[in-house]
Amino acid sequence: MQKPFANYRRHNFRRCIKCISALSIVVVLFAGANSAAQVASAPKRNENSAAGNAENGKTIYVKDGCYECHGRAGQGSRLSGPKIGPQPIPFPTFVAYIRSPQGQMPPYTSKVLSDAELADVYAFLRSLPKPPDPKGIPALN
Amino acid sequence: MAKSKKVSVDRRNFLKTAAAGSVGTLVAKTAVAQSSAATHPTPHSVRPSSTPKMSKEAEAGDPERVEVLTTDRPGSDFMVDVFKALGIEYICANPGSSFRGLQESVVNYGGNKSPEFITCCHEESAVGMAHGYAKIEGKPLGVFAHSTVGLQHASMAIFNAYCDRVPVYIVLGNSIDVTKRRPGVEWDHSVEDAAAMVRDYTKWDDLPISLQHFAESGVRAYKIAMTPPMMPVLLVADAELQEAPVRDDAGLRIPKLTLATPPQGDSGAVAEAARLLVAAESPVIIVDRTARTPAGVTRLIELAEALQAPVVDLAARMNFPTRHPLNHSDNARDLIAQADVILGLEVVDLWGAANSYRDQLHRTSHPITSEGAKLISITVGDLYMKGNYQDIQRYPEVDLAIAADAEATLPSLIEAVNRLITSDRKAVLDARGKKLAEDRQGLLNRARTQATYGWDASPITTARLSAELWAQIKDKDWSLVSDVAPGMSNWPLRLWAFEKHYQFIGGAGGYGVGYGAPSAVGAALANRKYGRLSVNIQCDGDLMYAPGILWTAAHHRIPILNVMHNNRAYHQEVMHLQRMGNRHNRGIDRACIGTTINNPNIDFAKLAQSMGVHAEGPITDPNDLGPAIARAIAVVERGEPALMDVITQPR
Repeated sequence: MQKPFANYRRHNFRRCIKCISALSIVVVLFAGANSAAQVASAPKRNENSAAGNAENGKTIYVKDGCYECHGRAGQGSRLSGPKIGPQPIPFPTFVAYIRSPQGQMPPYTSKVLSDAELADVYAFLRSLPKPPDPKGIPALN
Repeated sequence: MAKSKKVSVDRRNFLKTAAAGSVGTLVAKTAVAQSSAATHPTPHSVRPSSTPKMSKEAEAGDPERVEVLTTDRPGSDFMVDVFKALGIEYICANPGSSFRGLQESVVNYGGNKSPEFITCCHEESAVGMAHGYAKIEGKPLGVFAHSTVGLQHASMAIFNAYCDRVPVYIVLGNSIDVTKRRPGVEWDHSVEDAAAMVRDYTKWDDLPISLQHFAESGVRAYKIAMTPPMMPVLLVADAELQEAPVRDDAGLRIPKLTLATPPQGDSGAVAEAARLLVAAESPVIIVDRTARTPAGVTRLIELAEALQAPVVDLAARMNFPTRHPLNHSDNARDLIAQADVILGLEVVDLWGAANSYRDQLHRTSHPITSEGAKLISITVGDLYMKGNYQDIQRYPEVDLAIAADAEATLPSLIEAVNRLITSDRKAVLDARGKKLAEDRQGLLNRARTQATYGWDASPITTARLSAELWAQIKDKDWSLVSDVAPGMSNWPLRLWAFEKHYQFIGGAGGYGVGYGAPSAVGAALANRKYGRLSVNIQCDGDLMYAPGILWTAAHHRIPILNVMHNNRAYHQEVMHLQRMGNRHNRGIDRACIGTTINNPNIDFAKLAQSMGVHAEGPITDPNDLGPAIARAIAVVERGEPALMDVITQPR
């Protein structure tokens, strides 16, 4: 259940335009349109995040509240955060965005989430199952 | 018997005699003696009861003075006549002694029919029911509230209805005359200016001091509540006025009710709006609290189709069919950013629609509209405002502000638009419409694809829950009697085909949590006589404010399918705490403290079952969802409430 977003009605769905605005930016960035500055500030890591521990990443993903906006299955919500799994954006972009996000996403400094922890989260996201084809789901057609 | 010799004691003295002993009796007797020496005739002398139920001796032993209170025509009977004349179908209330006379008249004199007394377990639930009922039925039901404490309980729900511009007809019991109050609790439950507590968020109130006054103010209150902008109104029903006999029945008269026509926009301003809209290359129509009636939906379709303009629905009401080719609510931001003319029809927060606002490490805001874009607003919000409660939102900078009811103005606006559309212009508009229709199908396909992410996850995604529900109800005459945002991430509006006005009722208005369950039951009460399947997607935290509403639904056999969106948290507050932890650089792993509803988990199925509601759950496997929904619908179609406890993703 969701209480109103404090005193900011704008953050409710009925004030969704702003959220959508913010999320649009997020989506664009997650699609890879990251700025040079963001890339420059990101740690150099293997994009397939082979070094990450998916199981530990799942724990961090829940403990540190990633699920709150992006869902426990990384499926996202139109009103809080985009889907981020099972095919996340390239790891450097991922890290850069988390350190300096746009829109309504809160920033996560390295003091809050280390680069190693982010690698684990990234591995968890990549481990999520691929979604089924909507055409094969009667409830969606 | 000469009046001066009449022996009199009132109920209060009787109770005090019984409860408090001789000292209290002496005090009360003095008060009664003073009262009886006043000019008022005793009720008995005005209208003797044909069959007194209790003699003075039996009631009070051998008192010095007795005020016989039996009557077969108390003032509350006439008050019920007023409610019947207004066509009030139901009275929702938690019983209270300050309106005991009214309640007795409703159930006995009125036959408990039109209005019928609906027993609520909390005044907040009573007003919430009225809120939901009005959104379906288009008119208020009555709420009785008990003096001080009852109105205090009701106040949050009244605030919601006020913010949502919904009519609620509240009758508040209170005891004005100090000599008529029972010692003790009735003094705690009496107040000089009873309506003061809610005056900031009601449209009008009155304290009638005679029955004729009550009739006139009763009709006036209804008319005021129903005139846009609609809002709650409150009448104080003095206990003595309720309980004392009618003195001059033949002289009482209930005035005729004539509802005021809502204000239409100035003709010149409407013509200017039409000119801007027809000439626009990229117009957008933003709707929010727009369609008051089914006709509002029809008119809005006519306007959008005449202009071939996309509609962005902020969904405070059922305004525009979700599958219509011109419904582009899923693409709101881009459309508004590209628009050269934006028409806002009863948009609560037009500033918020036209601007971006960020609340993170830095607080920023900026317009998202294009340079030179023209903003037009049509809203009754410009006609009525109060200053204390700040539901007015930021001041929107518009180019043309039409202070009028949008739905009432739509016919003249459509006419003005059609007059201006030449054949050449129509060809341009049709081409725009064709492109928008193609884009709309793309938006639907995208929504369906997005719904598949986490399809088999447990907890169950809100997308899966919405899809499974839709599969079961789409061929029925359904009505969604709950909001869909933010908790449900708007999935029903994205996946379901909403067409009729009663298929969606929007949100609380004032975002006061605790609104969801009672408003859903109130809406279901309105839907009952039409045989509609009422569906309530119910948040867990909201239900825990006053879960007794489930008993009300069971007791009054109000058919409603409650599907729990049980994410075991006040999730939005989780996110706020996370934000603060981040802002203060302290980590975010303790955001669940004080914001989650677990350990122990609430068993909503058992909760519902304990109140006589069919229930299943907790349901954690998404594959169990469809069959469980089918079983619950079968119960609801038998005329009973049902509840399914579904363990869900946060949003």
